[in-house]
Amino acid sequence: MTVTSDRSAPADAPLGAPAPKRLGNLLKTRELGIVLALALLVAYTAIDNPRFLSGQSIRDNLLNTAILAVMATGQAVVVITRNIDLSVGSVLGISAFAVATLMSDHPGLPMAVAILVGLAVGAVAGLINGVLVRYGKVPALVVTLGTLYIYRGITYSWAGGSQVNADELPRHFLTFANDSLLGIPWLVLIAVIVVGAGSVLMRNYRVGRELYAMGSSPAAAELAGIKVARNLLGAFVLSGALAGLAGVLYAARFGTVDAAAGTGYELNVVAAVVVGGVAVFGGSGSVWGAALGALLLTVIGSALAVLDINQFWQQAIVGALIILAICADRLVAVRIARSLRKRDAHV
Amino acid sequence: MEYAVLRSPRTLLSVGSAALLVIGLSACGGTTKDSASNDTAAGGQASAAADPNAAIKEGLKIAFLPKQLNNPYSDVETGGGKVAVDELKGEYKLVGPNDASASSQVSYINTLIQQQQDVIVVAANDPNAVCPSLNQARAAKIKVITFDSDASKDCRDAFINQATTQGIGESLAKMALEQAGADGGEIAVLSATPNATNQNSWIDVMKKELAKPDYAKLKLVKVAYGNDDDQKSFQEAQGLLQSYPNLKVIVAPTTVGIAAAARYISSSSYKGKVAVTGLGLPNQMREYVKDGTVAKFALWNPADIGYLAAFAGAAMASGQITGAPGEKFKAGKLGEYTIGADGEIVLGPPTEFTKANIDQFNF
Repeated sequence: MTVTSDRSAPADAPLGAPAPKRLGNLLKTRELGIVLALALLVAYTAIDNPRFLSGQSIRDNLLNTAILAVMATGQAVVVITRNIDLSVGSVLGISAFAVATLMSDHPGLPMAVAILVGLAVGAVAGLINGVLVRYGKVPALVVTLGTLYIYRGITYSWAGGSQVNADELPRHFLTFANDSLLGIPWLVLIAVIVVGAGSVLMRNYRVGRELYAMGSSPAAAELAGIKVARNLLGAFVLSGALAGLAGVLYAARFGTVDAAAGTGYELNVVAAVVVGGVAVFGGSGSVWGAALGALLLTVIGSALAVLDINQFWQQAIVGALIILAICADRLVAVRIARSLRKRDAHV
Repeated sequence: MEYAVLRSPRTLLSVGSAALLVIGLSACGGTTKDSASNDTAAGGQASAAADPNAAIKEGLKIAFLPKQLNNPYSDVETGGGKVAVDELKGEYKLVGPNDASASSQVSYINTLIQQQQDVIVVAANDPNAVCPSLNQARAAKIKVITFDSDASKDCRDAFINQATTQGIGESLAKMALEQAGADGGEIAVLSATPNATNQNSWIDVMKKELAKPDYAKLKLVKVAYGNDDDQKSFQEAQGLLQSYPNLKVIVAPTTVGIAAAARYISSSSYKGKVAVTGLGLPNQMREYVKDGTVAKFALWNPADIGYLAAFAGAAMASGQITGAPGEKFKAGKLGEYTIGADGEIVLGPPTEFTKANIDQFNF
C-alpha cells in the first residue's frame, strides 16, 4: 500500500510542481495510456468506417458517455478514499423513476426542479450509505451491496410493473437531452462541469487532498487530525447525489423509465473508474482519469458495433481491457516505486 | 392492475395455505350437466372432442407464473388472465420471480403444486429447466398451460402462441417493404439478445420471406443485437446508421429495441430518412408515432394472451379438452379456438398500430 500512497501526491500535484521531468512523465502514464488507447481505437475504427468521425457520431458518443462520466466522478471520489459505492445503479433507478413520475404528474415544473429533486434523492441515498459505513463500521462493499438491493427493492415496490413513457413526459424535459448550448448538448455540458469541478476539488482543494490521504492510510489520516467522518460522509453524499443527477439525465435521454432503469450500471461505473486509473485500494488516480475511462468504455461499445464484431465477444473485450488496465497500473506503480527508491525521493 | 403481487415463496406459502384452509379443495365443484350449446352464461365451454358436455367448473384455482414480476409486458398479459378468471368465477393467483433466470421459476412451481392449484399458466424462462417440476405438477393432476414462451412439448398440456412464428416473420417483412417505399433499399434488424429464441425464429422466417421475388428490392444488410438494454440498443442503432449510410428501415422485433431505435432516430439527423418498424408496445411508442418517426408497428394484444390462457386452462381442467389437436373450445369474448399440432393454440394475427388507431390502445 505504500506504493500507491507514494505516487499519489506527485501524480496529482499541479503541473508546476518541481518533480523531475522523467518522473513527471512516468507519473502521467496512466491517463496518457487511456488517451493513447482511445486515439488508437478511434483511428482504427475511423479507417474502417470514416463515418465514425462524423458530427452525429461524435455527438452520440459524447451523449452516451455523459451519464456514465457523471457517475464515474462520484465513484472515483469514493474509491480514492478506499471505499466503493455499488448502490449507484439502484440510486440512478430510484431517482429516474421519482423524477419521471414527478414530471409526468406536474408537467409545468421547470428542468431545474427535476435536477434538484434528482440530486436530493441521490444525496439522501448516499448519506444513508455513508452513515452505515462510518458509524456502522461495516465495509463499504457490504453496505452498498445491501443498499443496492434495498434501493432497487423500494423502486420495485413503488413502481410495480408500471412505467413512465415518453408521451407522458413534458416536452421540455425530453428535449433537454438533445438541446444544446453553443452546439454542445446540455447533457455533455453538465458532464463536463461535473468532471471539471470534481477534478479541481480533488486536486487543488484541501478537502480533496484529505480524501487522498484517507485512502492512502486511513489510520494515519485520522491521527493527522483529518475530519475523516465528515469527509467520508461527504464522499458518499457526493457519489449518491451524482448518481441521482445521472437518473434525471437517464430519464430525459431514454424517455422510458421503469423500475429496472439502471440495473447493472454500477459495474459499468466501477469498470470506468478502474480502467481510468483509479486504484481500487484508494489514494491514487484522478477524477478526470475516471471520466476518460467512461469515455473509453463508451467508445469501445460504439466502435465494436461499427466494426461489426460479434456480440458474444464484446463483453469479453471489455473484461480483458479492465484486466489490462489493472496490469498496466501495477506495472507503472512498480516502476515508480523503483524510480522513487533510486532517487531517494519522498512524498 | 390492482391485484396482489406475492414476491417471496415464503409469503406465498403462508397465504396459499391460509387460502387452502378457508376454501378447501375446490376441484370437485361445478358438476352441472348442461349441454354445451345452451350454456353460455359462464362465457366459455366445450364444443367438441374430449367431453363436449362438461361445463366449466366454478372456483377453479388458476395460477399465473410469468417470466418475472414487475415487467410491464408480463403485467398486461397476466392482467388479461385475471379478467378471464373473474369471468370464469375462478380463483386468480399471480406469483413469480423478480429475475428472468432459467431456474428461478422452479421453487414457485413446487409451491403451487403443494397448494393444489387446478391450472398453472406459465411463461417458461427456459424450455427445459422447468420441465421436471411441471411434470410433477401434471402428475398431481394440475393442468399446465404455457404462454409467451413455451416449455418443452412433453412437459405441458397446451401452449398459447401469441402468433405463429410464420405470421410474425411475414408481418415484419411486409412492414419493412411498406416503409422502404417503392424503390426498396437496405434494411437492418435490431434484435434482443443473440440467443433469444423468439426473435431468432422470427428473423429466420423474415429472411425466408425476403428471399421471395416480392421482396427482391429489399436487402437485409445486418442483424444487430441490443440485448434488450436501452443504452446498448441505442449504440447498436447508431452503429447501424454509421455502417450503412443508405439504410432505409430498421426492423426491431423487440419492444426495448424498437423504442430505443425510435428515440435515437427522432433526436438525430436521420429523422425522416430512416424508418423504424417492428414489434412494440403502444404506450411506449405513442410519442414516436405522433412525431412521425414511426409510421407503423405491430404487436399482438398481450392481455388477450393471458385471457386465452385462462380459458384454455379452465376448459382443460373441466375436461372439455385434453390438448389433442382438433379439439375446440370457446374463449369468452375472443370466440372459438381450435387446438393445433403439438398442443398449440394460436391467438391470431398481430394487431398493427398507426397514428390513426394508436390512441385506442393502452398497454
